Amino acid sequence: MNADEKIAVAHLNVAFRKGAGYVPVVHDINFTIGAGETLALVGESGSGKSVTSLAIMKLLAEAPKTRIDGSAIVADRHGAPIDLVAMGEQQMRHVRGNRVAMIFQEPLTSLNPVHRVGDQIAEAIRFHQSLSKAAARARALALLEQVGIPEPVKRLDCYPHELSGGMRQRVMIAIALAMEPDVLIADEPTTALDVTVQAQILDLLRNLQKKNGMAILFITHNFGVVAEIADRVMVMYAGRIVEQGSVSQVLSSPRMPYTRGLLAAVPRFEHAGLAQGELGTIAGFVPDPSTPPSGCAFHPRCGYSIAGRCDQQAPVLEEIEMGHQLRCVRWRELATEQEGAR
Amino acid sequence: MTTATHYLPASRRWAWLANPTLRRFMRHKLAVLGVVMITVLVLACVFGPYLLHYNDLSIDIRNRFAPPFTGNHYLGTDALGRDTAARLLNAGRISLMVGFCAMLISIVIGTLIGVIAGYYRGWVGAGLMRFVDAFLSFPSVFLVLVLAAFTKPSPMMITLIIAVTSWMEISRIVEAEIRSLRERDFTLAARMIGASNRWIMFRELMPNAIGPIIVAATLTIANAILLEAYISFLGYGIQPPLPSWGNMLNAAQQYLGKAPWLAIIPGLAITLAVTSFNFIGDGLRDALDGRSDLK
Repeated sequence: MNADEKIAVAHLNVAFRKGAGYVPVVHDINFTIGAGETLALVGESGSGKSVTSLAIMKLLAEAPKTRIDGSAIVADRHGAPIDLVAMGEQQMRHVRGNRVAMIFQEPLTSLNPVHRVGDQIAEAIRFHQSLSKAAARARALALLEQVGIPEPVKRLDCYPHELSGGMRQRVMIAIALAMEPDVLIADEPTTALDVTVQAQILDLLRNLQKKNGMAILFITHNFGVVAEIADRVMVMYAGRIVEQGSVSQVLSSPRMPYTRGLLAAVPRFEHAGLAQGELGTIAGFVPDPSTPPSGCAFHPRCGYSIAGRCDQQAPVLEEIEMGHQLRCVRWRELATEQEGAR
Repeated sequence: MTTATHYLPASRRWAWLANPTLRRFMRHKLAVLGVVMITVLVLACVFGPYLLHYNDLSIDIRNRFAPPFTGNHYLGTDALGRDTAARLLNAGRISLMVGFCAMLISIVIGTLIGVIAGYYRGWVGAGLMRFVDAFLSFPSVFLVLVLAAFTKPSPMMITLIIAVTSWMEISRIVEAEIRSLRERDFTLAARMIGASNRWIMFRELMPNAIGPIIVAATLTIANAILLEAYISFLGYGIQPPLPSWGNMLNAAQQYLGKAPWLAIIPGLAITLAVTSFNFIGDGLRDALDGRSDLK
């Protein structure tokens, strides 16, 4: 792991036990995120985005039920590298919320309804740091201010149901940032919020990141949000990375048919090759991980697949230009076709 | 359900008056009646004996079987000429105390087992719940009688025996509640910030199950009072001369024709206490369940 990298995930594989064997659900994920960088992880439901993040946090069912290989390296408080995959539950407890924090999709249900907001933030601090209750409360107040909650003194004593959705997500962010983690995993943090609040939350995350230089892994299926917040994008399909690169590479010149399909499904007009006003769809469903298709996992749904090639040959991740990688056996032909179409 | 929040927290002190739970409870007339009855009963049992002219143990053979309202014997006297009112109130102290303490102990055991079984599921949960089922499959009255026959019947022992035979329902209720709560997002969120299992069980999940626990507690008191009356009536419970509602009934049965009030009075007290607690339990169940507003 380089000095400016906050997290380095290498060869991460996750498999769930089913009957006597294991069904692989996440295959060979590799990525690093540097200080102050945001990596977006994009894909449909069932593509393995959340499993990847939960595997890094070790929040999946324990060993015999799931198998996790590979490594996920972060730095501990003293800067020494630690591998989350190899850690036990006891040690992991000191990492969660401390070195790596996570915020969720549903701020409405992620806060405990019976505890006051201030207490929930203070307890998150006191798990990792021996502070007096008063000191933790003062810190909670500072955090509420930092995440832009108006009248923070009053809010400390509110119960979650007394706050709006946007406020609750700010509280969740305050809890996640309480220990100044190196890495923040944001699992669709804005999906449940309306659009203006969504923009505010993204602004907030960006500003906080600028201040403390944390690395953000941002899980979403919203390309608008990706363009807004991410530096790099990783597209996942059926547990594999199928395309990754900088935001401009992936969003303005997607090469993998799956990425193009996803982008075509975004209700916007400016994508080339799309009839105005007509929304693209990707036919079919994400394959069941226990019965994966032969060859390329995407071929049964792909408009460009060719019998005898796509269903035979499993594509590997290839670098097509500096920092832009994808997984498709036909990408060269498709690229020329695309150029020709323009 | 959105409540006005803008004037918090200065006026929070009085916010409970507008509390929807309290409002729903107050709407349940029988439950309110139950609270009044129990309050009166408890106050009478605590302070009443000091106001009476007789002690519950003083024997006056010349005044046996005095009917109610003879002289200062407001509720008459029993076969030994002891004042029924004094005995009734002192018996109430013991019966209510046994019921209350038995409830406390069952709540502690039941909640503990329920929370652990609900949180760990798997073989721990299954094992604990089969243990609960095993306890439930004994007819509790017989279990109580067997236990009482083998132990020295002091109020403390009776309390323990009742507690040991009535915690199972509570742990079933709590287990079901915790099992659904642990799937909620805030459980994952708590693990996410580094909370330990014990913290999640007792600080995050248990407070959310407090409603059903309170309801179960109220109904458990009612059952415990009834159970104490059974055992004492059958002669294995609180031993004379110490009075309890159950053993007063026992003593009264042979004089049923001659002095029916001796049976009617403690019988009424038991009925009153048990139905009142049951009404309160019903009221709490409706009050703590927000959906009942929709009816």
